Amino acid sequence: MRALLLAALLALTPVAASAVQPDEVLKDPALEGRAREISKDLRCLVCQNQSIDDSNAPLARDLRVLVRERLTAGDSNEQVLGFVTDRYGDYVLLRPPFKATTLFLWIGPFVILAIGGVVTALYLRGRKGATVVAGGDTAPLTEDERRRLDALLRKDKA
Amino acid sequence: MRRLIYLLPLLLFVGVGVAFLRGFDRDPRDIPSALIDKPAPDFSLPPLPGYKEGLSNATLKGDVTLVNVFASWCIPCKAEHPIITRLAREQGVTVRGINHKDKAEDAIAWLKRNGDPYASIGVDLDGRVSIDWGVYGVPETFLLDRQGRIRFKHVGPLTPQVVDEQILPMVKHLRSAS
Repeated sequence: MRALLLAALLALTPVAASAVQPDEVLKDPALEGRAREISKDLRCLVCQNQSIDDSNAPLARDLRVLVRERLTAGDSNEQVLGFVTDRYGDYVLLRPPFKATTLFLWIGPFVILAIGGVVTALYLRGRKGATVVAGGDTAPLTEDERRRLDALLRKDKA
Repeated sequence: MRRLIYLLPLLLFVGVGVAFLRGFDRDPRDIPSALIDKPAPDFSLPPLPGYKEGLSNATLKGDVTLVNVFASWCIPCKAEHPIITRLAREQGVTVRGINHKDKAEDAIAWLKRNGDPYASIGVDLDGRVSIDWGVYGVPETFLLDRQGRIRFKHVGPLTPQVVDEQILPMVKHLRSAS
């Protein structure tokens, strides 16, 4: 029974999904680690929303092998990413770079949040101002009004 | 005047709606090439067995050239083949091919069956040169000027519309330019 439970649990355990084939893996674990890191940032252009680390497409495999070749040849991570973007453009990066054409992409949400904040602040302040003005607008009760009010209250009590 | 501010959310919504609607017309597969206006990558590919000339940078200079990446296993390549043949035979455009990850005998049989409009073909067995060209799906077609710079790229099969509206005017322009 216990073995069955264990087997069921094991079957449900999510396996770390990666398309890297055993024959692609580098012997040097440090280099392989860097290759995995770079591969996760590179878009597979065939399936577009997967990284080349996740994708089974032949082009993704070719690019994974290429990344490992560049690393073995002594390239830095940036040099490898540069090598790929020289050929496929910034689109191949899953994390778009910060530059003039992507400025709105990066700071847009913050700009919109700031505009929202300013509008809310102005609105709240305007509402507070309105109450003050409403109170100020009301003239104090005249002698006549006060007498009528007193009369009404007395009638109520009676 | 103050009431107009209540129209603002509606206007914003319409703006976002229009932006999204335009997105429907865009082909997500159509990724701008990083190589436009850059010289063709350094490469040298051998010919198919029995053919004279392969393909390298040197072959690409001197004339306006259409470079077509194709394979015998690629169905859309067959669909665009008559269009490429017409470009070469009727419009006199120099067309050269990159045979992408193909078996030599399959490629030769394919060319025998469908006709060979290519002035020369380079064999890219492992697809490495195709990566240098930024190829991510065959067929892809590049147009190069006389200096061997890439000026235009089309991903997917050529259509008569692409040829008439983009490639032929560009060929004419590049030929008169230099």
